[in-house]
Amino acid sequence: MDLSLETRTEGDKTVVAVAGEIDVYTAPKLREQIVQLVEDGKYHLVIDMEQVEFLDSTGLGVLVGGLKRVRAHDGSLHLVCTQERILKIFRITGLTKVFPLHGSVADAVAAQD
Amino acid sequence: MATVELRFTALPEHVRTARLVAVSLARSAGVDDETLDEVRLAVGEAATRAVGRHRSSCPHEPVLIRLTDGDGRFVAEVVDVAPGAPADHAQATDAVPDLTDHAVAEPFGIDPLDEPLPDGIDLAVIGSLVDDVSVRTDGAGSVVRMAWPVESGGGSTGAAAQPAFGTPPPSA
Repeated sequence: MDLSLETRTEGDKTVVAVAGEIDVYTAPKLREQIVQLVEDGKYHLVIDMEQVEFLDSTGLGVLVGGLKRVRAHDGSLHLVCTQERILKIFRITGLTKVFPLHGSVADAVAAQD
Repeated sequence: MATVELRFTALPEHVRTARLVAVSLARSAGVDDETLDEVRLAVGEAATRAVGRHRSSCPHEPVLIRLTDGDGRFVAEVVDVAPGAPADHAQATDAVPDLTDHAVAEPFGIDPLDEPLPDGIDLAVIGSLVDDVSVRTDGAGSVVRMAWPVESGGGSTGAAAQPAFGTPPPSA
């Protein structure tokens, strides 16, 4: 299982739908995608993680890096995740306090920053 | 007791293989389904750490993972032989560093955007996931040892005294 990324625009945000496993091997691909979006002037991102099967601390690092990148442009980074096994690593690292987490893409897109 | 050893070149793509093998053997050993997610994440974190240590000091040396089933436990040991790798700032404990401020406010190192999490986050995650864990580091490398209880009478064969992955397939 590799990592697949699909990007689309919804409202004033750019949604990145991630599927597969985010680990030390695949995380660079996600980082490159986020970096590219920011370079293209997309500063309000929604990362849809509902199809993510695995996330480790390397993947968290990429998400935190993405958050810092968009915030440097007064942007935002919202996460969509309802899977308990993925949410667990956000909880144990305290990152639930850092990322706005949503139950659906619609909620994340509608969120006011 | 039955042991499987996995030795692999210190490349990021092999970390997934390590996770798959560990989870497969843990399942066979009788580790319950809920705990399998912890095995997957903890072995992945330890393997990622070992690969990183090797890549920074001895990229041609393989990483070793030893998986043992017996005595009511499933044990995963992740062994690196990175001699010059810097000591971890964190030990495996329940105390995960508070990343809240760190993640959004503090400057980091040379390229703050690409290395945003503090050193030792891998061990901190392992420490908060796994109750029975130890880390031994010396000048020659380190060993992360993690153990999980096995359900009594566990194993897909139902043979309590015999480790499942040491058992020949029924057709043999």
